[in-house]
Amino acid sequence: MYKEICEKYTPEKDNLLYILHDIQDHHPQHYIPEEAVQVVAEYLNIPTNHIYGVLTFYTMYSTKPRGKNIIRLCESPPCYIKGSTNILRKLKMLLGVNTGETTKDGMFTLELCACLGVCGNAPVMMINEDVYGDLTEEKVEEIIDKIRRGNQ
Amino acid sequence: MAKTVNIWLDGKHLEVPDTMTIIEVADQNEVYIPRLCYHPDLPPTANCGVCVVEIVGNPTPKRACCTPVSEGMKLITNSKKLRAYRKTLVEMILSNHDVSCPTCVANNKCELQTLANNLGVDSDALPNILEKKPVDESSLSIVRDINKCIACGRCINVCNETQTVYALTFADRGINTHIDTAFSLGMANSPCVNCGQCTVYCPTGALHERSELDAVWEAILDPDKHVIVQEAPSIRVSLGEEFGMPLGSVTPKKMYAALRRIGFDSVMDTNFTADLTIMEEGTECVTKLKAGEKRPLITSCSPGWIKFMETYYPDLADCVSTAKSPMSMFGVLAKTYYAQENNIDPAKIVSVAIMPCTAKKFEARRPELRDSGYQDTDYVLTTREFIRMIKEAGIDFANLPEEEPDKGMSFYSGAGTIFGATGGVMEAAIRSAYYLVTGKDLENVEIQGVRGLEGVKEASVEIPGFGNVNVAVAHGLSNARKVLDRVREGLATKGESPWHFIEIMACPGGCVGGGGQPYGNDIASRARRGLALYEEDRSLPVRQSHRNPEVLKVYEKFLGQPNSPLALKLLHTYYFKRSVTNGQVVGQVTHKHQ
Repeated sequence: MYKEICEKYTPEKDNLLYILHDIQDHHPQHYIPEEAVQVVAEYLNIPTNHIYGVLTFYTMYSTKPRGKNIIRLCESPPCYIKGSTNILRKLKMLLGVNTGETTKDGMFTLELCACLGVCGNAPVMMINEDVYGDLTEEKVEEIIDKIRRGNQ
Repeated sequence: MAKTVNIWLDGKHLEVPDTMTIIEVADQNEVYIPRLCYHPDLPPTANCGVCVVEIVGNPTPKRACCTPVSEGMKLITNSKKLRAYRKTLVEMILSNHDVSCPTCVANNKCELQTLANNLGVDSDALPNILEKKPVDESSLSIVRDINKCIACGRCINVCNETQTVYALTFADRGINTHIDTAFSLGMANSPCVNCGQCTVYCPTGALHERSELDAVWEAILDPDKHVIVQEAPSIRVSLGEEFGMPLGSVTPKKMYAALRRIGFDSVMDTNFTADLTIMEEGTECVTKLKAGEKRPLITSCSPGWIKFMETYYPDLADCVSTAKSPMSMFGVLAKTYYAQENNIDPAKIVSVAIMPCTAKKFEARRPELRDSGYQDTDYVLTTREFIRMIKEAGIDFANLPEEEPDKGMSFYSGAGTIFGATGGVMEAAIRSAYYLVTGKDLENVEIQGVRGLEGVKEASVEIPGFGNVNVAVAHGLSNARKVLDRVREGLATKGESPWHFIEIMACPGGCVGGGGQPYGNDIASRARRGLALYEEDRSLPVRQSHRNPEVLKVYEKFLGQPNSPLALKLLHTYYFKRSVTNGQVVGQVTHKHQ
């Protein structure tokens, strides 16, 4: 399967980021496993350690299995000033996980990220492709609840 | 084209080419700019920021390691601002560092320690915030202690650029940036070839050999064990410098005296089996030459190179000599020939090797190297461990009397001793191959074309009755790749290799620059140690392996002749194919001689 994804792209080093995104998007657990890196390394003729360096440098990639919904809470200064630490505490409490961890039911993964570009609505988070701004603790509870119900 | 520019370094006018960096100019003009991550042998990474200098007219200080000089530049290398700047940087590094200096392997050799001391840094200026992480002890050769790592990136540079092994990388970003193997699987599960160049270039104690000192002391102090020791060629030119003697002092006889005082039961010499290796490998080479073989013969002494070949060039495994390394030949003979001759139960023999090498620790534990019926080599100590041993025993090395080794497996020729320098194995082999083909000795035994520190050396030697033998010598694995890629290309396009015989050493400079050599092991000191080996060669009565009387005796009494069935059984081996991702064996590519 990884080989097929690779072959959608020409075997040039410039395509590394695209291939990694493609693999992650197609993985049911939204991450890039070791076996995939081996296939990419061979396809692009890049050493595995270099790819690992790239994977860990960019926060959008994950080397660990993740949940169905990926929450990315902004940790940049504007959101911090507007109280993102309270939001983070609330999220941890609601989900019962620490940052970087996935809930036992595999429903949510909680992550921190750099600026999402909507500082006017700080504090901000993204869940999958959707942005949620002007967060309060109550609002966060509603959002999580809604997703949980929607999944039942 | 380089232009000449005028600069003023601390007020002194200089004319220098514009291709130089500030730190290079300063070093050339005896101005010492404090530095931490910069190393003259490696490309600058600009990670630490300690080497900052002021450029007049420039509001912020610049890093001297990566800033080229330009016309009219006025540089200040020492000011109140710079001192404060450097001090703060080092204080910050120490606040996230395992400051256990007195017991650290790098104590007194640590560049961070020296720098902190030189700058007058207060180690308590900032609270220590280090969160201790587990030490990577997965490898048989190298220990990686992330708590002492300052993320300077030298190991990454040497691993990826100089050696092209690709075991280490930067992982994560920002404050979390750290050095790691892919997927944090540890050195043992990476393509690491154990060359240990990372341990040599590490400015702190974050990378060092896996020590076997305790086990060796225990064996020595056990009256039931007979502990036999061998020392590689390069050891004898690397000890003096640690004990106040000039760099490149030739000290084989003090070395034997030290070993005897430490308590080894039998003091022999790897140089003896270096000569033996030449007999086996030389015979193999001559057989190939006579058969008109199109594929080259490549030397097999360097265990870092062997694992590299198994990982990246397994298709050329059949070209690599089947001869075991001198260390392993010694190991197997210690528990067979030596045991027989001296009437000792081989089960009681503990075979210790003192090597300039971290990869030898891995080699000793290769499961196939047990042809004596036991693990052929029990323990491997690096030069650094041996130095520690001498210090632990309280021996005043520089003032030791000169002593002879024990007899049987210790006599060596000049050919054996130059094994420790790049090109040495090739030169030694040519000296004997000439004799094996023509029945005559080479008139001038010095083959200058294979000496020196050029990355890839080529020479052509005329052997009457055969014609020209083309040889190549590569040291450092990125140079090995250049040679091997041309061999692959030659075989694919013309059906033959451009060279008949190739020497490859994993470490730049050969064994004198090995991963187990004393700290401060830069290219300049490697060159000096190499010259010392050539000096010793010139001073020896026998300079050709086939004239070594103890080697002739081992054939006469035990092995028969070179490449005899017993020699093939005991002194030759076979190779594997390994995964480029994790270095694990995925198959066997050559076989033991039948």
